[in-house]
Parts: sequence; structure tokens; C-alpha cells
Amino acid sequence: MDFALSPEQESIRDAVAKLCERFDDAYWLARDADGAFPNELHQALAAEGFLGMCIPQEYGGSGLGITEAAIMMQAIAQSGACMSGASAVHMNIFGLNPVVVFGTHEQKTRMLPPLIAGREKSCFGVTEPDTGLDTTRLKTRAERRGDRYVVNGQKIWTSTAQVADKILLLARTTPLEGVRKKTEGLSLFYTTLDRTKVEVRRIEKMGRKAVDSNQVFFDGLEIPIEDRIGEEGRGFEYILHGMNPERILIAAEAVGVGMVALEKATAYAKERRVFGRPIGQNQGIQHPLAENWMELEAARLMTMNAAWLYDRGDNAGAAANAAKYLAGEAGFKACTQAVMTHGGMGYAKEYHVERYLRESLIPRIAPISPQLVLCYIAERVLGLPKSY
Amino acid sequence: MRTNGRGLFLATVERPALIQETARQPMKILVPVKRVVDYNVKVRVKSDGTGVETAGVKMSMNPFDEIAVEEAVRLKEKGAATEIIAVSLGVAACQETIRTALAMGADRGILVESDVDLQPLAVAKMLKAIAEKEQPGLIILGKQAIDDDMSATGQMLAALLGWSQGTFASKVTIEGDSMTVIREVDGGLETVVLNLPAIITTDLRLNEPRYASLPNIMKARKKPIDTMKPADLGVDPTPRLTVVKVEEPAKRQAGKKVGSVAELVEKLRNEAKVI
Repeated sequence: MDFALSPEQESIRDAVAKLCERFDDAYWLARDADGAFPNELHQALAAEGFLGMCIPQEYGGSGLGITEAAIMMQAIAQSGACMSGASAVHMNIFGLNPVVVFGTHEQKTRMLPPLIAGREKSCFGVTEPDTGLDTTRLKTRAERRGDRYVVNGQKIWTSTAQVADKILLLARTTPLEGVRKKTEGLSLFYTTLDRTKVEVRRIEKMGRKAVDSNQVFFDGLEIPIEDRIGEEGRGFEYILHGMNPERILIAAEAVGVGMVALEKATAYAKERRVFGRPIGQNQGIQHPLAENWMELEAARLMTMNAAWLYDRGDNAGAAANAAKYLAGEAGFKACTQAVMTHGGMGYAKEYHVERYLRESLIPRIAPISPQLVLCYIAERVLGLPKSY
Repeated sequence: MRTNGRGLFLATVERPALIQETARQPMKILVPVKRVVDYNVKVRVKSDGTGVETAGVKMSMNPFDEIAVEEAVRLKEKGAATEIIAVSLGVAACQETIRTALAMGADRGILVESDVDLQPLAVAKMLKAIAEKEQPGLIILGKQAIDDDMSATGQMLAALLGWSQGTFASKVTIEGDSMTVIREVDGGLETVVLNLPAIITTDLRLNEPRYASLPNIMKARKKPIDTMKPADLGVDPTPRLTVVKVEEPAKRQAGKKVGSVAELVEKLRNEAKVI
């Protein structure tokens, strides 16, 4: 058993960290104020080839695994970019995996290179206002009319839809009444986000202001049949394929957010002097920080374990869910502690840790609540009866 | 040597610059790269005073060597060189340092593996042996390594090979079979013209090293690294210098704040006794 990163993985981590140094806390503080999309980071990562990390080499990517992607996403978040940096490219890294796995050669040649080059951005339309994790009940309809589909309906929490050129969309092609199993009859599309037929409304939210979250309304969006990924009616199955990698990446991002908060808190604890000694000399300050480090490191190891399982082709469900839970909680706790360690200063924006705290709620809540992870582990790992 | 009155020294008559930098013939560049404690790490002295702690410490390429690799890659991109060879001498893990150079754009690597503490003269002798075999037109080294700060290997290598040297370079221009190097010296900048083959050691302002891109990190994995031992180069690497003792610098005493200029003058005169 070898827990060390390979030299190549270390190079990736160091290269990403170095690239992110160009975008310092002042940059992210400004984006938190003006809400502008971090195009500069997106373009810099594209220019150095990092957006194609998990895309096969024949389509211009590097063909690496989710392990390397997780290492990269942790490095981005840990640079202080937190979720604002990670979410700006998250979709590029693994979002198009259904296209990679189920798309035709023609589709891959058409869809993947512009994304890798940073010429196009894309978003992911799955969640609906009335159907959160109960995905099979989603109501957005795509009706077949000749050589195209016409889409009507609504999505919510679609990240980056303000700036995206393309959307990966899950919609019902056969009504629930017409299918044997409710997981059937959903289809997956990767198509142009035609803003004459789609309205995108930004949701004002607690953190990650730079990367927009939206409500998306479809009013007769036409999708050519060649933009359908795989077979009609099997979209849910295709989407499920990407669930574990997404949890793994989110976990890595949460660890990164927690780690940078811990770095800031530790530095402050060493430097801030009260009653003639650094506050970090007090066990009341240092013990919680030590605990944060242990929890973050444990979450990181679980994340790497899940990534390793996934890349070997083993079932990563339990590990990926556990990693996302542990990292979400540890990241949030470390950010809270970082604010508390700074005392009053922690509440001031210019000390940055309050921004980290606001962003740390995202990997805690998304893409699945901590409670549902507990349900999953109870049911699938411990064999307890389903509770909902 | 003459000065132009602005602190700029001109060593020789400058040649007319050619419009385009051209290589006379296929030219190899040799770039030695050293594995050192990362510049971000706070160095700790070993408890027995024999050196600094390196176990479990993050190691990286010497920053001046990164500048050397970058300069070589830029010269190759301009068509002034055809091949870049990164050489590292030391423990087996120096291979990682070579991979970093390969990811930046070097074409192949040479690792001279040795567990002995390699000192500048031994390194220079081994580099001489490699240079004689590879016949590079140019060797670019960092001006010093940030661990021992010897700043000796480049100069020793130039002497052993009998080549010209442009040390502490802040600008390098190749024109046919000669090279103009602007050097950072105490009084300002000194311009020297060297005949190739030559040695350059890099100063901080020569360039800003690039980030390794992901495709280049991937390519680096497939580039070849030759491994050899000091004996293969006919060099005895046994240290000639003895380290007597390594210790932490003395703790700096806290300063004093003064309330007025008068108080400052009084203290300088009566306490520090410097005026």
C-alpha cells in the first residue's frame, strides 16, 4: 500500500498551485464584491491544458483519472480561490463525462475540443424546483418533432448559466405514465443554450458570488437530434455514471477550502499577541486547530481512497459518499474555527475567512445533503431498512 | 573596459546586432539542475549540528536553475538551440527534479546518482565529463543554489573546460557563433560578448520561469533519463571540504522605538555610540 502521490501527481498539484498564485485573496475579495465571473482563472487553466484533464487524449485532453482531477481541484480551492475558483471550472473537468462515455465519435469531436480550449463554457441542467434529489420525477419535457426535440420546463440551481454557451440537459422524453420504470424515459442532451428560447435568472445567494447560480426557464428550446447523447430514454442511467466522480471532486474542493482556512487561522494564531504572548500558545486556540487538521487530513485520505477505487473501476459509491460527507463537515468546521480564531477580525471581509466560511456551506449542502449520505451508508453499507 | 557614464560598462566593442537570432548549426544546451529544500520551507538545523534537516521536507528545483531551464527553452523556441539536456547530480530522487525540467521543455535528462555530499568541484568535474561527451554549445547554470549558496560550480566548470563565462546574467542574446550577455554587477550592468561554447550563470532578473502545462507534464513522463554513477565519468566525488558546524543564526534583538529625532540622535550618540 502506497499513500504517496506520484511525482507526476505532485507536479500537477504544484503547477496548479503556482498558476493560482496569480489570483490572490485580493482578486477573490474583489470578485466577491462585484460578482464578475473569474474568466482570467478559467482562461489561465485552459491555456495550460488543465481543463482537458479527464478528456481522452484523442480529443485533445490528457486522459487522466479522477485522482488527478481531485488533486487539481483541491489545489485550486486551497489557493484561496475556494468554491469561486473551483466551480468556475468544475463542469469542465468531469461534467462532460457522459459525452465521453456515451457520445458518438462525431459528437466527441464536435463537443469536447472547444471546452478543453476554454472557447466554450457549459452548464448542467438537472435539478428542478419541485424535484431535488428525486430526479426521476423531473418535469421538464423534450418532445420529439421530426428531426428535433422541443423543450419546455424549468431548472434550478444551474451554475454558470449566465456565462455558459452550452448546456448538458436532462429532460423527460416519455411521460411517466408511458414507462415501466420511472428511471426510464429521461434523455440527455448537450446543446447550445439559445437565449432567445431560454431565460436565465440569477439567484442571489450567501457565497460564491462570482459563479452564478440560476433558475433556467425553457420556452420552446429546439434541440437537433444530433445533440442527444446516447439512446432516447436512457439519460438517467447516463447521469448516474457521473455521480460518484462529482462527489469525489466536491470532497476534494471542501478539503481545499478547509485547509486554506486552517492555514490562515494558524498564521494568525502565531502572530496575534494578547497578554504578551501569541494567542496560539493557548490550548483553547491550538487544540481546535489541531482537530481541524486531523479531520481534514482524514477526509482527504478518504477522498483519495474513493478516487483510487473509481479509477480502478471498483465500486466507489460508499467511499465517494463518505468522502463528500466527511470533507463537507470538516471544511465547514475548519472555516468556522478560522473565523473564531480571528475573533472580531474574522468577521471583517478583509481577513478573508468569513468568505471561506460562506463558501464552505456549498460542499456541505451540494450535490447531496449530509443526511442523505447518512441514509445511503445506513442502507447500502450497514444493510439497514430504507427510511424514506 | 570603459564606462558610458550611466553605470553601464562595455567590455568590448559591441558587434552589430543581426536582425534575427540564428543558430550556426544544431546546438545543444546543457542545464544542470539541483534538488534543494523548497524556498517556502523554514529550514531547521539538525540537532547534532551537522547540517540542515532534509528528511520529510518538501524539495524542489533550485529557483535559479528554473531560470536556467526557462532561458534554455526560450532559446530553443527562438531557434537558437535544437536540444536541451537537463542534468542532476545527487540522490535517486533528483530524478523528480529532472522531470520538472522535462515538463518545462527540456528534451532529455541525465542523472548522476550518488549518495555522497557533492561539492562544487566534484560537480564541476562531472559536468565537464558530460560536456565533453555531449558537446553542448552552451551550458546554463543557476548563479548559486539556495541551500549552500556556494556560487562556485559555474565558474569552476568554465575554468575546467577553458570556456568563456558570462556569470550573473540578466540578458542573453545569441548572434551567430557568439553571445552577448548583460551581467548584474555591483556598479550596474556590464555587457560582455562571449564566443561559443560558453557558460552562463543566471541572475534573478533574466526571466520569469513558466508554469509547467498539463500536456507538458504528461510528455515529461515519456522523455528519457540516462542514469550513471560518478565512477562512469571518472570522477571521485569524495568531499574535500569539511563542515565543522552548522547552527541557527543568532536571534535578532528587538529594536527600540524613539519618540522624536532629538531622542534618536541622543541614543545614537550615547547608547550606540555611532555618532
